[in-house]
Amino acid sequence: MTETKLTCVAAMALAGLGTAASAQDATELRMMWYSDGIEGEIMADLLERFEAEHPGIDVVLDNVAYQVTQEQLPIQLASGQGPDIARVASNLKSDSEHWLDLRPYLSDEETAYWEENFGARFDWMRPDGSDAIPGFLTQLTLTGGFANATLFEQAGVELPGPDATWDDWIEASRAVAEDQGLPAAFAIDRSGHRISGPNASFGADYIAEDGSPAPVDAATLEFAGRLVSWAEDGTMLPDTWVSAAGTTYRDARESFVNAQVPFWYSGSWQVAFLSESIGDAFDWVAVGSPCGPEGCSGLAGGAGLVAVKYTDHPEEVATLMDWLAGEEIVREFSKRTLFLPAHAGIVEAGGLDFASEDPLVPPALDRFVEASGETLPLADALPAWEWAGIYYGALVARISQVMADEISMEQARELMDRDIADAVENASQ
Amino acid sequence: MAALPAKLGVVVTAPLVLLARAVDPPLRWWQRMAGQGGMAAVFLLPNLAIFGVFVLFPLALNFVYSTTAGTDILLQGRSFVGGAQYARLLECRDYLDPLTCREDTFWTAAANTLVFVVLQVTMMVVVSTITALILNREIRARGFFRAVFFFPVLLSPVVVGLIWRWILQRQGLLNLVMVSLGLEPEVWLNDRTYAFAATIGVSVWAHMGFYTLILLAGLQAIPKDLYEAAEMDGTRPARVFWRITLPLLGPNLAVVLVLALIRGVQIFDEVYVLTGGGPGTSTLYLTQYIYEVGFASVLRNPGLAAAASILMGLVLVVLTLCQLWLSRRGEAKGAK
Repeated sequence: MTETKLTCVAAMALAGLGTAASAQDATELRMMWYSDGIEGEIMADLLERFEAEHPGIDVVLDNVAYQVTQEQLPIQLASGQGPDIARVASNLKSDSEHWLDLRPYLSDEETAYWEENFGARFDWMRPDGSDAIPGFLTQLTLTGGFANATLFEQAGVELPGPDATWDDWIEASRAVAEDQGLPAAFAIDRSGHRISGPNASFGADYIAEDGSPAPVDAATLEFAGRLVSWAEDGTMLPDTWVSAAGTTYRDARESFVNAQVPFWYSGSWQVAFLSESIGDAFDWVAVGSPCGPEGCSGLAGGAGLVAVKYTDHPEEVATLMDWLAGEEIVREFSKRTLFLPAHAGIVEAGGLDFASEDPLVPPALDRFVEASGETLPLADALPAWEWAGIYYGALVARISQVMADEISMEQARELMDRDIADAVENASQ
Repeated sequence: MAALPAKLGVVVTAPLVLLARAVDPPLRWWQRMAGQGGMAAVFLLPNLAIFGVFVLFPLALNFVYSTTAGTDILLQGRSFVGGAQYARLLECRDYLDPLTCREDTFWTAAANTLVFVVLQVTMMVVVSTITALILNREIRARGFFRAVFFFPVLLSPVVVGLIWRWILQRQGLLNLVMVSLGLEPEVWLNDRTYAFAATIGVSVWAHMGFYTLILLAGLQAIPKDLYEAAEMDGTRPARVFWRITLPLLGPNLAVVLVLALIRGVQIFDEVYVLTGGGPGTSTLYLTQYIYEVGFASVLRNPGLAAAASILMGLVLVVLTLCQLWLSRRGEAKGAK
C-alpha cells in the first residue's frame, strides 16, 4: 500500500468518526438533581420511562450534592449558563429571574392543570408580580423535630406531648442524654431556614410593612439566645453550628442516625433517609415543632423542579416538565420517595399509600401533615419572600460567632442588621 | 510481517505529516519576510497568547469587577462604583480590632492568615530542614523514607482535608485511640486553639515533602570536601552545621521561605474541608473569605470579593518580589 493510500485510509477513518458522532440527533436535556434520600433513584427510573415514551429526547440526570445547587448553580445562572432543568430548594425565590416561563409552551388545557394543582405555590418560585409558570414543587416540606424514642424509653423519660415547649423538649432531652451518656441532648441543622419556624413561634417578624427586611427583633434574639446558651452548656451538639464559618449549610442527621442525640430539629424531607439509614436499629418519631409563646410553628418549604431560561430547547423542556407534573407521575414519585406531595388534586383526594414497609414512616408523615396546620403567618410568608435567603444567611453567620464566643448577642444584632442592609443594597444595584 | 509495524507507523503519523506539510509553506514565507528574530516571535506567540488569555485578561477583568457592585456575574448587569468596595474593605476605626471595621470578617480573615503564615512557615522551614538533614544521611531505607515524606504532596488537598477530618472529628480515629487508652476524648475541631493548630499541622504535613526535596537538593550540592576538611580539623557537628551547612543552604532556604509564604497566604482547600473556617471564624483565612463572599454565601458580593482578591494579590506580588530579590542575591553571591 502506498503512503498516499494509507493517508486516505486515515482521513476516511477520521471522517467516519465524525459521521458517527453526528448521527445521534436526539435532543439532550440536562437535569441538575440533589437528593435528601432515595429520590434520585426514583427520578432516574421515571426519566427512563419518559425517554422510552419520547425517543427524540434524551435526559441526562446530573446527581449533585445539595450544596452544589446552593453555591454553584446560582453562579452558573448569573452568568447565563446552567442545566436545562434543576431541582432547587433554598434559592427558588432568590434566583427566580432565571427560571423559564413554561406558559408559552403549554396548551390552554395544560396551563389550567398546572394552575389548579400547583398554582398556590408559584409565588415561591417567581418574581413578585409575575404570572409565570416556572416549575412545580416536587415535594412540600415542613421543618420539625425527630426524637429517638428508644433512647427516651431506655432513660425512662416520657416523650413530651404535642403542646410541649422548646424548654420542655430540651429539659427532657437533657435528662435522656445524661442518663444515656450521650455527647449532647439536641441538635439542629446549621441553617437560617431551620431556625425561622422556632423564631416565628417566639414572635419574630422579619418582614417590614413595605416588604423589606425588618431589623432583627427581640423575639429572634430570644430563640437565638436559647440556642447560644444550649451550645455553651453542651446541651446542643456544637459540631453542626459552631464548627463552620459564614453561611455554610450543615445538617445534623448523622449525629441523630448514630444515636448521638435524642432530639434533632430538621424537617419532613428526612423521613425517607431516616427510614433507610436507621432501619430497626432504634425507634424514632416525628414530633412536629415545639412551642414558643406565640405558637408551635414549623416553616413550610419545598424543593422545586424548575426550568432554566437559558435552555436551548424550551419546548422539549416543557414536554418533560409537563410529563413529570402529571398526576400519576407525581403520585408515584410521592409514594415511592415518602415525600409530602404539593399537588392540590392529590392532596384533596387523600389516601396516598406511601410505599414503605417501615411502620415508623406513616405516623411520622401524619405528624408532619398535622403540624402543617400549625404554622404562623410569618412562616407562611417566608417561602415567597424575596429577602428570606439573605435574612437566613445573616442569622446563621452571626449566631455561630456568638456560639463560638467571638461576639456578644448585642453585637450580633448590629452585625446582622448591617449584613442584611448591605446585601439588600448590593442586590439592588 | 516486518513491514507491518512500519506501515502502521505511517498510518498513525499520517495526520501529523499532513498538518506539517500544510503549515510548512507559510512558515517558510514568514521566515523569509521576518528573518530569524521574527521567527522567535512566532514561536513565543502561542505561549504569550495562553498567558494573556488565562492570566493577564482575568487579572484585568478581576480589577474591573472590583469597581462594580451588584449580584449579577455578567458585567453588563453590574453598576460601576469606583473604589467603593476598596473603601468598604479598608474602613476601620481600629485595625487591631476587626469588629470596629466595616467588613469585620475580612479583617478577621486577614489577621488569622497573618498568624497562620508566621507559625506555619516557621514550622514548615524548621521541619523540612530537619527532615532533609536526616534524609541526607546514610540511613537504612533512605529511598523509602524519601518517598514516604513526599507522598502527601501527591494527594489532592481535599483528600488531605477529609483524611484529617476523619481522624480529628468527634467519633474520629484519634478519639478512638484515646478512649482505648483510657483517656477522655476531645472534640478537636470545635476548640478554637486545637482547630487552628490542626490547620497548621495538616498543611505542614501535606506540603513539607516538597520543601524537603528542595532542601535535599541543596544539601547534596554542598561539596563533600568541605565536610572532609572540617572532619580532619576535628570540628564539632553543631559547628559544621552552623558554619558550613546552613550558610551554603541559604539560597535554597530563601526559596523555601518565600514559596512557603506565598502558599501560606493562599491556603484554602484542605482547611475548607477540614474546619470550614470554624469554630466561629477562628480558621477563616483570606482565600476562604474571598470564596464565601464571591460565590458560596447567600450574602454574595462578587465585587467585594474581587477587591479583596486584588488586595491579597498585592501582598503576593510583594512576596514574589522578595523571592526574586533573594534568589538573585543568592546567585550573585554564588558567582563571586
